[in-house]
Parts: sequence; structure tokens; C-alpha cells
Amino acid sequence: MTRVDFDVIASFIPGSAKVLDVGCGDGALLQLLGERQGVDGRGVELSQQGVDTCLARGLSVIQGDADRDLVYYPDNGFDYVILSQTLQATRNPRQVLEELLRIGRRVIVSIPNFGYWRVRASLMFRGRMPVTRELAYSWYDTPNIHFCTIADFLTMAGEAGAKVEQEVVLNRVGERLNYGLPRRLWNLLGQQAVFLLQR
Amino acid sequence: MSHKTNTCPDQAINPDSLIAHFADNQPLRLDSGAVLAPFQLAYQTYGTLNADKSNAILICHPLTCDQHVANPHPLTGKAGWWDNLAGAGKIIDTARYFVICSNVIGGCLGSTGPASMNPQTGKPYALDFPVITIADMVRAQAMLVDRLGIDTLFAVIGGSMGGCQVLQWASAYKERVFSAIILASGARFSAQNIAFDEIGRQAVMADPDWRDGRYIEAGTTPRKGLAVARMTAHVTYLSEKALHRKFGRNLQARPQVTFGFDADFQIESYLRHQGMTFVERFDANSYLYLTRAMDYFDLAADHGGRLAHAFSGTRTRFFVASFSSDWLFPTRESQLIVHALNAAGASVSFVEIATDKGHDAFLLDEPVLSSAMDGFLQASARAKGIPS
Repeated sequence: MTRVDFDVIASFIPGSAKVLDVGCGDGALLQLLGERQGVDGRGVELSQQGVDTCLARGLSVIQGDADRDLVYYPDNGFDYVILSQTLQATRNPRQVLEELLRIGRRVIVSIPNFGYWRVRASLMFRGRMPVTRELAYSWYDTPNIHFCTIADFLTMAGEAGAKVEQEVVLNRVGERLNYGLPRRLWNLLGQQAVFLLQR
Repeated sequence: MSHKTNTCPDQAINPDSLIAHFADNQPLRLDSGAVLAPFQLAYQTYGTLNADKSNAILICHPLTCDQHVANPHPLTGKAGWWDNLAGAGKIIDTARYFVICSNVIGGCLGSTGPASMNPQTGKPYALDFPVITIADMVRAQAMLVDRLGIDTLFAVIGGSMGGCQVLQWASAYKERVFSAIILASGARFSAQNIAFDEIGRQAVMADPDWRDGRYIEAGTTPRKGLAVARMTAHVTYLSEKALHRKFGRNLQARPQVTFGFDADFQIESYLRHQGMTFVERFDANSYLYLTRAMDYFDLAADHGGRLAHAFSGTRTRFFVASFSSDWLFPTRESQLIVHALNAAGASVSFVEIATDKGHDAFLLDEPVLSSAMDGFLQASARAKGIPS
């Protein structure tokens, strides 16, 4: 299985960069970056199953928690730090983002957009917390505890001192939204977004 | 074999192993300032060293194991202590790698230790043997690796005390270690660990048959003291859950308690058996010296208090694993290593394996450990260009 945000993330990263993928899951992205671009990748993952799969793939991975363990990484230790579909599962997203900006020269964050119209519609018309293919959890057993919209994220990133270098918003089938669209529509039509940030 | 004879001196001098002799002009300089010369290391090898000498793996044994990692033990006849992981076609594949395991200096299965003959006196060293450290063990191993003509080790692997040796190798001989596997270990010995070691040592020394360490000449063996030491240590290798699962409060071959001090409970018989079999294969003074070496181990302290400094500039690939129910080296101790390696910019993988088997899990069949180690070793072999 490949995820649509992976291609966008990979397009941001030059070959042989030193990369840390925080919340790397089963290591699919790291493997892709290693095989396709010769990236020197490291992963951090909380779940035992994810870590096992990464190790079996021969990846360098540390079992750990983004909320707790990033403080142990040195300043500027990596060229790129990736947080792919993980921010919403952290306890303290702002602090995590600040740590990422300290550790990596550039930071790539991909988020599911809670401002997406289907999500809004679910709340508005059905009065229910949305359960979609991408966010397939009921509200009471989800690891995702801090949802935000694209607009919310950009506000927080600005407060954390990050500059947005590139921003790619994807629709439901993983196509990039047309750049001609007005910005506020991105927040409505984007199913997910990928940001390339700089300190 | 009679239970009255001590088998160690024989194996200490004439082991069923290869022996590397180091003469007076090749002394081992110890951390204590003492010099050991001449000395010998007993070791086993498995597999074949390839032409460019790139496929050597050094396995560092834990406290009460020895060089017989993948062949039957000469005293007990039991399979090698890591027979499940090391051997032809296994994860540490002796058909692919040249595997070396030495009995540490201070040990009792052929390497120079307190049961060896002191050339100055013609008697066993006993407590005249100098105190050794983990770094001393590794220094001696490095001399053996030199002797075998190997410059860089493809991997150095060890658990518990063996893991301490791996860390020391990766710190003191950075360029000589391509990859390192550290299991159920730590960069220091905690106060709790030192406490248990001290209980064990006091048990040995309280045995009247210990004779101030000169029991070999006296023809005695401090069996009871060493057995108690082993019983205490063995409990720290298990977890409460594993003990409960295996033994609970079950009675040993009797319908009810005897209102006496026989081994009523299965756990008691089990520990007594552990203690009794241990004294058949291990020398009491060696136990004192090796536990002391562990107590003294504190890699950060050797580097100005900053563990990361021990690894600065390293290019070794590290794999660290801990076990969730290990209370001798809890996960926290492995995480300290991992954080230090991160701070040093090292390539490191870490996994905490969920198991109720306690510290000993690294010696047992743990599928998650096997698959993780396999993945790590295979990837390292690819990176090193070792043909499969």
C-alpha cells in the first residue's frame, strides 16, 4: 500500500539527504525514499508492529514517542524531518512541531484536513463525528486526539516560527488541487495537505 | 561425576577449546593499573573467515555463560547457550559468517582467571588475581581479534554483561565495529544490580568452604555459598509474571505443606536445582570477579559523565533491544543508550519487546527478537557487501 502524500513528500527531498521520519509506521515511506532516492533515513515509531516491520525491512528505527522522545535529538541533526499523518495523534502538537523545527533544517508535515467539506458536512447534516476511509476511527477509540484544519495548522506553524516554503493540498483521490483556486477553498476542498516548512 | 570435586580448575587450565596464549612480551594492561602476563583466552570459532576478512562476528557472552555459544558444553553436555540463534542457517548464520566467542578474561572455562595457576607462586591465583573491568575483557578480546588477523568486525553482539562489552567495543574501537547488537543491557550497572551482586558475593564468602578464596588448594568448594548466589541472581533474571505462570504456589511432589523447611514449593526446588547445577560448571572466585567487573561498569563516567561522548564520531550501526518485563536492565537503561547514540548522530534501531519472560528473554526463543535481529543483520550485511 502506498499513500498519496508519500509522492509529494518524496518530491520535496533531494537524494542522499539525512531524514528522520517521526511516526514512520511500517517504514513504507522510508523504504521508498531509500530505494528511490538513496536517502539516509531513520524512523521513530510507537507501535511494536510498526517497529518490527521496519526492522525486518532493514530500516533504522527507534521505538519511541514523538511527545516524549524528540527532546533527545540534537539540534540540526537531520536535513529533513517528516511528520506524516501523525500530528493529530500527538498530545502536544505545537511542542512537537517546535522540536521538529529544532532537529531538522526543514520539516515536512502532512495532515488530514478537518476543514474538508465532507467532514464539515458530516458534522453539519448528520450531527456525527466523521468516520471516513482516511480517518476510520470512532471518536471514542481513535488515536487522533488533535485534529485541525489547514487554516488552523498554518496559524500554529506561524506561531511556532515556521515559514511555509511549499504547500500541496490533495483532494480525495490524491490529486493536487489547482493552484488557481482561492486559498480559502483549499481548506474546504483539500482532503489532506503537505507542508514543507523552514525555521 | 562426584559432587565433591571441583571441575573448574581442570577446565580453567586445559579447556576443551582453542586457546590463544599471550606471552610475557604481550601483557594485558588492566584498568586497575595491574598487568597480566602471560595470559590466555579460550575461544570457539564457527564458520569460515572469508578472503577479505569482512564476515567476522564476535559474540560477547553474559555473566554465567562462556565461549560454547553454538556447541555442546564440555561439562554439562547441554546445547550451546545461544544454539537457537547461532549456527548454520540460523540468524547468526555460521555458514555465512565467521563467528568467534571467547571466554572472558577472569572467566573459568580456559581464559586466565582466579582459578588459573599464578606463574609467580605456582598456585591458583585466587584473590591474588587482579580486579578486572569490562574494558579489560574487551581489551583482551581485541588482542584475540588481532591474533586472528581481523581488522574490522562485521558485528559485535551480546546480551546483559555481553551487551556491556559490545558498548565498550563500540566506544573504544569505533573503527573496528561495523555493526553492534546490544540486548537487555545498559551502559552502567544500577544500584539495584550492584546490591544483588553484593548479596551473591557475600553468600560465597560466608561459606566456610570458601577458605578466604584458597579453596582449590584446600580441596573444598564453596558450593552452598555459590548456589545461594546463583539462586538470588536467577530470580533477577526472571519476572514475577513468569515465575507465577511457571510455578505459582504449586507444591513439589506432595499434597500439602510439610510444616518444615523442605522444598515444599516448586519454585524452591527449581531454585535449588539452579544453584546445584551452577556449581558444577562455574568457579566461585570467577563469579566474584565477573560480578565486580559489572558493578564497576559505567561508560558515561568514563567519558566525563556524558554517555554521548562515548560514541562521538561513531559510524557503527547499532541495534538495541530491551524486554518489557526485565527488571535487571529495564527498558529505561536501553533508552539511555539510544538517546546518547541519537545525540552522537549514530545510526541506531531500538525495540522494546513485549514479553513476560524477564531478563532471560534474550536467551530464549523470542520470535520478535529473532525477526528484528535478522532484519538488522541482513541489512548490515547488504551495507557491508557480504554475499549471502
